[in-house]
This record gives sequence, C-alpha cells and structure tokens, in this order.
Amino acid sequence: MSTQIPIVDYLVLGPVPHLRAHQCTHCAALYFDRRNGCARCGRREFGTKDLATTGTVRAFTIVRRASANLKTPYISAIVDLDGGGVVKANLVDIPAEAATITPGLPVELTTWVAGTDDDGTEAVSFGFKRTAAAA
Amino acid sequence: MSGGDVWIVGTDMTKVARYPDKDVVDLGSQVAFGAFEDASMTIDDVQVLAVGNAYESNSGIAQRIQKQIGQTGIPAYNVFNACATGATAVRTVIMAIRAGEADAGLAIGAEQMGKMGLLGGAAENKGERKVYSPKGRYGSVLPIEGNLGTGLMPGVFAQAGMEYALAHGVTREQFAKVAEKNHRHSALNPLAQYQKVFTLQEILDAEEISYPNTLPMCCPTGDGAASVIIVSAAKLATLDPDVRRRAVKISASVLTTDPWTESDLVQPDVNTLTRQAAAKAYEVAGVGPDDLDLVELHDCFASAELLHYDNLGLCEPGGAGDFIDSGAPTRDGSIPVNVSGGLLSKGHPIGSTGVANLYEVATHLRGEAGDRQVEGARVGLAHVIGLGSACAIHILEKAAV
Repeated sequence: MSTQIPIVDYLVLGPVPHLRAHQCTHCAALYFDRRNGCARCGRREFGTKDLATTGTVRAFTIVRRASANLKTPYISAIVDLDGGGVVKANLVDIPAEAATITPGLPVELTTWVAGTDDDGTEAVSFGFKRTAAAA
Repeated sequence: MSGGDVWIVGTDMTKVARYPDKDVVDLGSQVAFGAFEDASMTIDDVQVLAVGNAYESNSGIAQRIQKQIGQTGIPAYNVFNACATGATAVRTVIMAIRAGEADAGLAIGAEQMGKMGLLGGAAENKGERKVYSPKGRYGSVLPIEGNLGTGLMPGVFAQAGMEYALAHGVTREQFAKVAEKNHRHSALNPLAQYQKVFTLQEILDAEEISYPNTLPMCCPTGDGAASVIIVSAAKLATLDPDVRRRAVKISASVLTTDPWTESDLVQPDVNTLTRQAAAKAYEVAGVGPDDLDLVELHDCFASAELLHYDNLGLCEPGGAGDFIDSGAPTRDGSIPVNVSGGLLSKGHPIGSTGVANLYEVATHLRGEAGDRQVEGARVGLAHVIGLGSACAIHILEKAAV
C-alpha cells in the first residue's frame, strides 16, 4: 500500500479519519493552525482535542468562477461539528444546487485521495457528505 | 460645539474609472488640490497628511504625493488597513487633531487597480519535482483554496450571506434586489464607474460567480481617489463664513477589529465587528438608526449589503430580507442606502473607498449632490469593512447654522 499524508496536519488518518484541533488549556478555544498564543484569551498553553466526524451546515456557497486549475462548480461549506469546532471544507456527493442544502443539514466527514507526488505518496483530503440517515 | 469636535471643510473625489494614462500620484494630487480649493485653503494650512492606499502603500505614496502638492515638512502617514484603508487614513488625521498636534489635516485615499479581476493571482506551478512536504501553519501539502472550501472574497461574502439566509430565510431574489437598487442609484451619479440600470431578471440571469451572487452583484475593480480636509472646532471658528456654512461635523469616528468568535478561524466574521462599531458610533454621536437620512455602507457584494442592514440596526433583527423588499433603502425610501451606487456600481478602488464614502455623505449634507440629492439630509453614516478584519464607521452631521 502506498504511503499517505493528510492534506493538512489537522486531519488525522487511520481507521476513523477525523480532525484534531489545538485547544487552549485555559479557555478551551479550538484552533487548526500552529499557534503562538490564544486569540480568545492570550494564554500560551495548548493541548489537543479530537473532534467529531459529524456536524451540521452553517453556511455554504456554490463556487462557479474559480482559478483555472479548479473544477467547478463545487460547494464550499462551513460546518459546525457536533461537540464543538467549526470547519470549512467542500460538500461532496450533493448536487451543486442551492435547494438541496437546507438549514442545519446533517453531514459527516469523508476522505479521498486528492493527489500523488513523484515519490508515490498520496495526499488525502477531506470534506463532508450528507449523513447516511439524511441522504 | 464642543472643543473635541472635528469638521470636514473640504472634500473632493475623482470619477471612478480606469486611468491608464495617469498614475496613483496623479489621482491623489488631483483630489488634494480639489479639497484645498473646496476649503479655500492651501497646503500651508495643514499640519498632517495621511494617504490610504493598498497596492503601493510600501512605496511612500504619501511622500510621493507631497512632492506634487507641497513638501512642507509635516508628518505624513502611509496607511493600509485592507478595505478600511481610506477610512483609517481619515481617522489618522482626526487622531492627530484630537491629540492637539494639528488643527487642520488632509486625508487622501487613492488607488489604481486596473483590471486585476475578481480572484487575484493564480496558483504557482514551477514544474519542479513534486514531493509533498507540509507547509505553513496548517501543515498543508496541497493548496487549501478549492480543496477545503473557498476563502477568496466572492466566496467569503457569499458564505457570510448564506449563513444569514439559512438562519433567516432570505431568498436569492432578495439578494439580487440589492444590486438592482444600487445599479439604479448609480445612474444618477456622474462619478460612478458604471451608470447602467439592470432589471432584477437580468441580474438573476447573469453569470453566477459564487451563489447567491451573480456578476452584477460583485463590485468591480477600478481606479480613483477621494479626499477630505478636517479641522478642529477652534480652527473652524476662524474660517470664512462661507466655509463654515458648508462645514460638516464628524460626530463619530470608530475603528474596530474582529473579536474572537468560534467560526472566525475558518471564515472571517464580518458581522460582530460591524455591530460593535455601530453601537459605539451611535453612542458617541448620540444618534440612532432612526435619525439617519442616508447610509453609505460596504456593499462589496450584494450579500454583504443585506447583512449590514441588520448589523447597523437599520432593520429588525433577522429582517434584512423584508427590509429590501419594503423599499426602505432606496433613494426615496425611509433610510436611503448607497445612493452613490455603492461599491457595486460606483466602484471600489480599495484605498479610496473609505474616503469616497465620506465625500458622498458630506455632499448630501451640504445639499450639493445634484440629481441624486437626498432632500433635507442632516445626518449620515459611512461604513467600510476590510477582511482580516477592520471596520470603520463615521457619522456626519450637517452644520447647525
């Protein structure tokens, strides 16, 4: 099996792919990026928190004009994860029609191989699809 | 008037257009001279200069303009603050006056964008051997844009609008009505980049850029400049009666940045900082939304204008869709919004915008707005927001003479 690497370091691969955030040990604010300090409280100590793979759609857009190397249309969405955390990613396996996306649409994390480098390493990306019950 | 008040006594603005035969110093100098003429002043009367510019702000644009309008040795500031750049330049002058360092100052916003397009530069591709290596604060191995949603301007403001739409039931037609209104308004503004009226159906049928915004629901790029001369109350009292009669009071000048919110990490929150700026501005000026005779707000996309009806308290909470349906923000409505045509049609030369909004409001308060004049206007609000984020709000009032 070829080697895989996550598209971003906050995506954890494995049997149950999920997102992992830095969490401020003082105020519990969550961050996906490398931090110097906490934007909410200014403290500097962080732990990690594994986030849920399910959530609901807070906002979206259907992108039809993008740079030439991107396939359009695609759906960009902001997802409120169950139990905390907000993430932006693409919605997949859903028609690119506004009417299909209803307030609070339940979604779940899904992953796929988005590219392969010259060493054969696969980059794994993530997005969200409708949860099985809602599909 | 209290000793802390500051006043606009001169203002000018170029038509927003494309000026391939001019440079940004030409545009800035033109509005500097225009403002001096308007205020019956010269460069010798001002003790501070601030120039807002986005794309050449690291080139000493303020000093380059000084070399064309008068090198008097006064402090000059090169200001950049995203799309709030021009308003921040104005605030820089206001702060110098309030600090007692100056009794008169000139703020300029000038920008030359040309035809850079909606999306900015394309991703690089050097044709080198490709080996994935995590980069940056997210440890990414592929470009995030497009792979993990969109963070470009059209997408950000589309998603911000759709968050509101999902929560409050706003329709695509209601978003489009904003653009129909602003393009219609611009037909009366000779300084607007575009003066073309569209039907609602034409806007809905146009190329969709990022749902719900179609092309006429996105602001264009363009070139332009605007200026204001600001004086202290003490200085105003010494000026010619004709200048004092046309003076416009700056009742509030507020700048905010975005406070931490849970979703701010993945999507700039354009609402909270606007709400905080509005609350402060209304408090400082001692006026409320019902007192406003006109509003120039930051309609970089049609979806953004709708959000700011709510953020500025112009409508009931959650009621922005009903507000545009009611006709209230049209030129003959109860709270005219963007009678200039707004960024959507007047244009958005980034550094100029936050000064141009003040030009527009001040011109109405002076009763000099010609065909687009809001009759009897006495109080107006100008709002800009830059992603990142920064929000500036100024409330202006007609001189009480």
